[in-house]
Amino acid sequence: MEEKKVISELKEKFTDRIKETTSDFGDDTVTIDRDFLAELVQFLKQKPYEYTMLLDITCVDYLGREPRFEMVYHLLSLSAKHRLRIKVPLSEKNLSIESMSSIWKNANWLEREVYDMFGVRFYGHPDLRRLFMYDGFEGFPLRKDYPLRKSQPRIKLRK
Amino acid sequence: MEGNFITTKFNYILGWARKFSLFHYPFVTACCGMEYMSAACAHFDLDRFGAGWTRFSPRQSDMMLVVGTISHKLAPVLRTVYDQMTEPKFVIAFGTCTVSGGIYDNYAVVQGIDKIIPVDVYLPGCPPRPETVLDALIKLQEKIQNQEQDWKWKKRKS
Ligand code: SF4
Repeated sequence: MEEKKVISELKEKFTDRIKETTSDFGDDTVTIDRDFLAELVQFLKQKPYEYTMLLDITCVDYLGREPRFEMVYHLLSLSAKHRLRIKVPLSEKNLSIESMSSIWKNANWLEREVYDMFGVRFYGHPDLRRLFMYDGFEGFPLRKDYPLRKSQPRIKLRK
Repeated sequence: MEGNFITTKFNYILGWARKFSLFHYPFVTACCGMEYMSAACAHFDLDRFGAGWTRFSPRQSDMMLVVGTISHKLAPVLRTVYDQMTEPKFVIAFGTCTVSGGIYDNYAVVQGIDKIIPVDVYLPGCPPRPETVLDALIKLQEKIQNQEQDWKWKKRKS
C-alpha cells in the first residue's frame, strides 16, 4: 500500500527514533518510545502538519506479550484531512507515560479513562482520578486478567 | 327499598381505585427510554389505562418504571428512590437490562434490578415494544385488583 507523505518525512527526519511504521488499510501508524512522545506530538502539531485535534487516547492489553500494554493516540489534521495513529508500547513493570493534558485539553479526561480501565499512570496529569468506576473499586476492569463477570457492588444485594 | 345504591366489597373498590390511578415515576437511564416515551405519548397513551400522570418526585408516585441499564455505580440511587416512595408502591422492570442485566454480562451492570429492589412485573424485550408496555401495565393492574389490599399501611417486607 502506498505510504503517506507524512510517514516517509517523519522517518527521514527522526530516523531510528521511529521504531516502526505501518499503513495497513489506509491507517497510518507510527510506533515510538515513550520518551519521544511529547516531542513528536509537539512537532506534529506545528505547521506544515497541523495535527491539532486529538481524537482519542486508548490502551490495548496484549496479555502474555512483552511489552504487555500499548498506548494508542489518534490524531487528526484538519488542514490535511488526515488521521495519524501513534503507538507507544509500555511494559507492565513501568506502566507510566507523560500526560498530554498540557498539549490537548481533552487529553485530561481521556487519560483518566485509560487510568480507570487499565491502570496506566500519567505523570504531569493535574487530577488523575477514576472517571467511570466508583471509589472503592479494586482492579482495572479492561485488563485481560480481570475476571470477566466479577462485579463489586456498592450496596448489599438482595437474595 | 328504592334503588339508587350498589353494594361492593371494600377490598374490591380499593383495588379498582388504585389500579386506575397509578402515578408513575420514570427511572430512565438508557435506550429503553425511547420506547417509554413512545408508550407514554399520544400514539400508545398510557393515560387510557389511568397511568398517564408522570410524577418526577418519588414521594408522589405509586409505580416506578425502571427503564434501562442499571450499573453498580447507580444502584444506591435506585435503592434510595425506591425507599422514598410511599406505600403502596409497585415496580415494573422495563427491558431486558433491568430484568436480567441483558447483553451487559460484565463488571459494571447489575444482573437484574431484583437484586436491589422488589419487582412486581418483569417486562422483557430489548427494547420492549409499546404494546408490550401496555400489556405489562394491564398485568400490573390485574395484580393490584386481585391482591389483598393493605389499607392499614403495613410495612412491606423487602
Ligand atoms: S434492554 Fe436493550 S434497549 Fe433496553 S436499555 Fe437495555 S440495551 Fe437498551
